[in-house]
Amino acid sequence: MPHIVSIAVSILFDGLAYAMFLFITSVGLSVTMGLMNFVNLAHGAFAMAGGYIVVTLTRSSGVDFVPALIIAAVTVGAASVPFERYLYRRLYKATDLEQVLLTIGLAFMAIAVFTYFYGPIPKSVPLPRWLQGDVNLGFRAFPSYRAFLIVLGAALIAVLWYAFERTNIGAKIRAAVDNRRMAESVGINVDRLFTLTFALGSALAALGGGLAIQLFGLTPSFAVIYLVLFLIVVAVGGLGSLKGTLLAALILGVFDTAGKYLLADAGGFFIYAVTVLVLLVKPAGFYGRE
Amino acid sequence: MHLLRWLGMAAVALAMGGYAHAATVKIGVVLPYSGANADLGHQIDKAFDLYVKLHANDIAPHKVEIIKRDEGPPTGAQAKTVTTELITNDKVQVVTGFVFSPSAIALAPVITQAKVPMIIANAGTAWITNLSPYIVRLSFSMWHPAYPMGAYAYDKIGCKTVAMAYTDFPPGKDSTEAFRTGYEKAGGKIVDSIPMGSPVQVPDFTPFFQKIKDEHPDCMYVFIPSGAHAAGVMKAYGELGMRKAGIKLIGPMDLIPDNKLQDMGEAAIGTIVMGHYARDLDNPQNKAFVAEWHKAYGPDSYPDFMSAAGWDTMHAIFDTIKKLNGDLSDGAKVVDALKGWSTNGPRGHVMIDPATRDIVQDEHAMEVYRQPDGKLGERVLGTVKAVKDECKVLKVGRCAS
Repeated sequence: MPHIVSIAVSILFDGLAYAMFLFITSVGLSVTMGLMNFVNLAHGAFAMAGGYIVVTLTRSSGVDFVPALIIAAVTVGAASVPFERYLYRRLYKATDLEQVLLTIGLAFMAIAVFTYFYGPIPKSVPLPRWLQGDVNLGFRAFPSYRAFLIVLGAALIAVLWYAFERTNIGAKIRAAVDNRRMAESVGINVDRLFTLTFALGSALAALGGGLAIQLFGLTPSFAVIYLVLFLIVVAVGGLGSLKGTLLAALILGVFDTAGKYLLADAGGFFIYAVTVLVLLVKPAGFYGRE
Repeated sequence: MHLLRWLGMAAVALAMGGYAHAATVKIGVVLPYSGANADLGHQIDKAFDLYVKLHANDIAPHKVEIIKRDEGPPTGAQAKTVTTELITNDKVQVVTGFVFSPSAIALAPVITQAKVPMIIANAGTAWITNLSPYIVRLSFSMWHPAYPMGAYAYDKIGCKTVAMAYTDFPPGKDSTEAFRTGYEKAGGKIVDSIPMGSPVQVPDFTPFFQKIKDEHPDCMYVFIPSGAHAAGVMKAYGELGMRKAGIKLIGPMDLIPDNKLQDMGEAAIGTIVMGHYARDLDNPQNKAFVAEWHKAYGPDSYPDFMSAAGWDTMHAIFDTIKKLNGDLSDGAKVVDALKGWSTNGPRGHVMIDPATRDIVQDEHAMEVYRQPDGKLGERVLGTVKAVKDECKVLKVGRCAS
């Protein structure tokens, strides 16, 4: 295989795997912000919590990696409901600053709590055999774990797309994002809808947190360190848009990987350059409402 | 009433001054206690506490009072604030700790002005010790492991070509520069040198390593700040099947922190690092040190090279308190007392070079292997004796001034 094609394939493959992680972790944040105009900076904390559940299940209880991911997602999704009901709900009509203060405060509290119980040392997760090593696709070998990320991401996108575009609930969510008051006046219970999407978003964040352990390792500060990335994805994609989040994750994932591979000296600059460019042309992101 | 109290205190002070003068030496400890790098701070903090606990009576009748502050992220800003407070408000006589080079660099003018000695227990950028006559370093310079690794990699490991990858901050540049100097002198060829972003967050290492894999060097020299990054390096190296592709992983000991070695798995086996400490290092002081460590912190907690340097650091401070009979008020005298100080510690024989105030120690080439009990361990392949900071010996760049 010619050298340049090989490089392009590497970049696309790694970029795609990275994009899937970004998408899975960010999509919940995007919907929350689009639907309720609520700035949830504790989103990363839900992802971090999911990661620690996966670590505990696989390390101490001997649960396999994939079932552990599912349990983590369900647990965090369920646990996020009381947060939404009793804490977040009070501040839906409040200013952005108050929302930011509440949620960043929650994130810092989560970091302190998890540091207390798990310590600051990075955790790793034991992977099943079939996720270690690489898979050979004939023309070249790819790391299995990243291939798994891509397949899982694609499957989730398909499911989410179907749920959003083809089901009754999906239509209600889209209606509520577009025009909340109108949706309420035709009898859609937006509050309950929101609790549901919030739980789903938190569950996906927890899944993303579990998947991230193998990529970055897991420490309690995960809750804020990678938050910037998720916010960038949401801003570039446009609030509340599934399509936008996906497109933003793909572009940022591939560009970041390409930048690191081809021009490492420019460092992490690429992802920000892309963000600035997109937001200059489309201030509301790809699919955001102007 | 007031007068009476004053007289009483003066009498007590006189009595103490005249006979057994029992001083309380205030030591400021600045280490990262929060954030992604908190475990680095804890590795040194535990060593400090352990030394103080076991050797409190060595300095009798004197005592130490330790005031701990959070060094914060590796930018130096928070370290500068808290250390300045320690010096001006708490009136500490010595400051120690300092995991990150930017902290030490930012603080050099402060301690020079305050004439308070800074005894570095980790920060490894080579030229730091030139920044102030009040800096003494007990840990290492990046050049300590990296420079001898150059010749060792070419002669003994068989690296005819090397690609380097490093975290983009002063110690990373220092480590790769040191390796390059030693390696090119031995006759090797560097094919690439890749910066891998800031130390603040662990990046996805795959794109960088994929590029190196496509370049097919014999070996890959990686520098990352020990801690969270190390696990990420090993994962990406393993996932990409680089060892199978014939690219050996080498680096300074930061690559395989002792407390994370067991988590690294199969990918780590065969990695060769140059370093001055490993938990398995075979000397009586280290055996005792590791035993005391386990007794204090449990069987699952391991000391690492930072802990070993932390232990020697507190040892040096205690010896200075003894030597100066508890009077550490004159910073210059403290530094003089430390010049030429030597001991047999967990790292083996170490000494403070009187000319540079930097450490002199042995460096060992160590390979990760699977022990008979199934755990991963490190075995010593070779030793370079009494290594000085070659950056200052060769007067490279900022080490010259």
